[in-house]
Amino acid sequence: MTGLLLQVFIYLLAAVIAVPLAKRFGLGSVLGYLIAGLVIGPVLGLVGDETEAIQHVAEFGVVMMLFLVGLELEPRALWDMRHKLIGLGGLQVCITTLAIAALALMLGQPWTVSLAIGLVFSLSSTAIVLQSLNERGLMKSDGGQASFSVLLFQDIAVIPMLALIPLLAIPELLDAQHSVADDGHAQSLSFVADLPGWQVAGITLLSIAAVILGGHYLSRPLFQFVAAARLREVFTASALLLVIGISLLMSLVGLSPALGTFLAGVVLANSEFRFELESVVEPFKGLLLGLFFITVGAGIQFDVLTDNFGTVLLLGLGLIALKAGVLLLLCRVFSIAGADKWLFALALAQAGEFGFVLLAFTVQNGVIPPHVSELLLLVVAFSMMMTPLLFIAYERWLLPRFDAVQTAENEEISESAEIIIAGTGRYGQIINRMLLSSGYPTVVLDISAETVGRMAKFGVKSFYGDAARPDLLQAAGLENAHMLIIAIDDPERTLEITEYARAQRPDLHIVARASDRLAVYRLFQAGANDIIRETFDSSVRAGRSALEALGIHPFEAEKMASTFVARDMKAMRQLAEVYDPDIKTEENQAYIDLAKTIQEDTQQAISKSRLANKGAIDRAWRPPGSSAES
Amino acid sequence: MHKVLVLYAHPAQRHSNVNAAMAQRASQLEDVSFVDLYAEYPRFKIDTDREQQRLRDHDALVLQFPLMWYSTPSLLKEWIDLVLEYGFAYGDGGTALAGKTLLLACSAGSAQSAYCSEGFQQHSLPTLLSPLLQTGNLCGMQNLPPYVLFDALGASEAELDRHSAGYCQLLRALRDGQINPDSASGLELISADSLPQLLEPTP
Repeated sequence: MTGLLLQVFIYLLAAVIAVPLAKRFGLGSVLGYLIAGLVIGPVLGLVGDETEAIQHVAEFGVVMMLFLVGLELEPRALWDMRHKLIGLGGLQVCITTLAIAALALMLGQPWTVSLAIGLVFSLSSTAIVLQSLNERGLMKSDGGQASFSVLLFQDIAVIPMLALIPLLAIPELLDAQHSVADDGHAQSLSFVADLPGWQVAGITLLSIAAVILGGHYLSRPLFQFVAAARLREVFTASALLLVIGISLLMSLVGLSPALGTFLAGVVLANSEFRFELESVVEPFKGLLLGLFFITVGAGIQFDVLTDNFGTVLLLGLGLIALKAGVLLLLCRVFSIAGADKWLFALALAQAGEFGFVLLAFTVQNGVIPPHVSELLLLVVAFSMMMTPLLFIAYERWLLPRFDAVQTAENEEISESAEIIIAGTGRYGQIINRMLLSSGYPTVVLDISAETVGRMAKFGVKSFYGDAARPDLLQAAGLENAHMLIIAIDDPERTLEITEYARAQRPDLHIVARASDRLAVYRLFQAGANDIIRETFDSSVRAGRSALEALGIHPFEAEKMASTFVARDMKAMRQLAEVYDPDIKTEENQAYIDLAKTIQEDTQQAISKSRLANKGAIDRAWRPPGSSAES
Repeated sequence: MHKVLVLYAHPAQRHSNVNAAMAQRASQLEDVSFVDLYAEYPRFKIDTDREQQRLRDHDALVLQFPLMWYSTPSLLKEWIDLVLEYGFAYGDGGTALAGKTLLLACSAGSAQSAYCSEGFQQHSLPTLLSPLLQTGNLCGMQNLPPYVLFDALGASEAELDRHSAGYCQLLRALRDGQINPDSASGLELISADSLPQLLEPTP
């Protein structure tokens, strides 16, 4: 127990110190984690053999990341990128594999080993690239999208690679390997291991169908059931259950868990629970990925590195140059230009975490001799560690040269800026209907899964989640939103949301629902732009109806009502000056006195002036000659 | 029998000297549709489709209002702007009002003597009302001479009463088709005094 706590303590401490430092120096979190790993592993020797075991757990962060990426990607968007996915991704994997294999062949490796090395190095690091792209807000750029397509294809390509590699086995190596205990990466449990090919294919397809159909039809009732309990941790548990369940199913049938959860994410991208799922899974993903990056740093074999430093450096840089070269070539074919071209080429130039998996797999299957594999592991790790530096190089030196292109892109984003509506009860619903029917897309959040479900029956899309939670607001797109409309009926939460949103986005337009006059003062203080008292307008209308029912001409009743509103608005400003948040209003004498005076004035303006044919009401029209003397 | 529609526009009816009384009587007439525009649209949100249908359903349109700044009260102007649409009241296919009768019934603050080139108002009342009369023309309507009460603020009770009674008589005649078109075309304005002349049957 103490040992475990100590390990956890060391890992967390390293992350807590290194990551903020790396961020402060503009190096990005990935490099921070890698350095933290380097320090606690090879440099200080605080952690050791357990690194690999931890890495298996930490790899689950990649699975979660792909689930989150899927959530952001609607099925239609995925379909739209099919050409890029297959064309760009397929060509990248094939050409890079062949080029590296050719190089390895020239360096004197047998062709089987060369091909295996080509396969291992053709893959890039989904974890590092996506994390870095997201962190820098580059995910939506053309370069980011192209990178994502290729990474996705690579995740799929791992499956046939795992099937291909055993065929490259060198018999003597295999014999030697059989005496060694099973490596942790080996699949210990499988449905399909001993089945004929067509059955494997059938089960694979069935599993994918199960993920898609289950995600589409079963997830909603499940989440509704769970959300009805209103226990956040149970929702978190069910989200994790979903991700882990799919991963389990995928690994049972020999598919990549990352691919399965990605598909589930895509299926759920249209679900009303999307933002809630995102905000729940996000911290797990972050922590696990961070852990993964640390283990990469910590896992570097220092003695092998010092012995072969020159070779590793040379091979690592050569690998990056070669992969970047292939990617640049592809840019030409797929007409990716400008800053995006360099982003694409530099982002994917490393070898990735699948490289670790495949290398272990090749050793175990007797394809690559262990001493070569040890060296290659260092090359993979080295190229991964270089990636954050390449991103920095891109941002510092390459991006500024293409500044004009980038500005145009930013404008595009602001055009599609969204309106977030918090709360779709009686109040928010009307706002949403007005905006939608005027052609403005909205993102609607509501804390009641029941309301969200009911709205969905009427064809109105909304998302389940508590808008008072910063992470949910972020998931809903607060960062790029054009406007935030707070329509919930909880004054305290309205205030919290306003304060948080204002702190995050000084330029955001905030429309806030206020319960009463005092809430108006507080919301004004918190920085809301438009503050609307929830019952004021309807009360005024009710009052006007009463006046009409008393026999007052409708137009006159309208004038009285508008006079009342104008007076009330003025009174609100006057009272704000004597309002003191530290004194209860019923004990604030100045406030009470002013309120009384204002009430008297309003009466003067409306009823008394009406009787005397003089005053605000009759300003609208008075016959000539009746004004001066009366 | 003609179906008559009266549109009454007065923003401050409590201050009315003659219009309220005229409206009171007109609203009692059988087979005359009476609409208090300021009561129907106190917030100026005019239902154009409904108003156009109302026009289609009637043969004669009467606009009753106090003259304000040589024009109608603002709501009636809004009504004209919105309801008399292109393609409905004028222009291509705009024949909905063609052949219908238009009568303006208004009260003016100054005495009749003020409404001439030497007078205080510098123009005759038909000249000042010409935008409205031309509106009727453009829509292909038959303009009747406006029914006018001058010096509405200074008129005696008897005069006011006579004017509103005459208004009632005029509306009935319009409804029953008893207006002599020849005498109508010979008049620039109608008052309670000249009313009998208008109603004489053609010899």
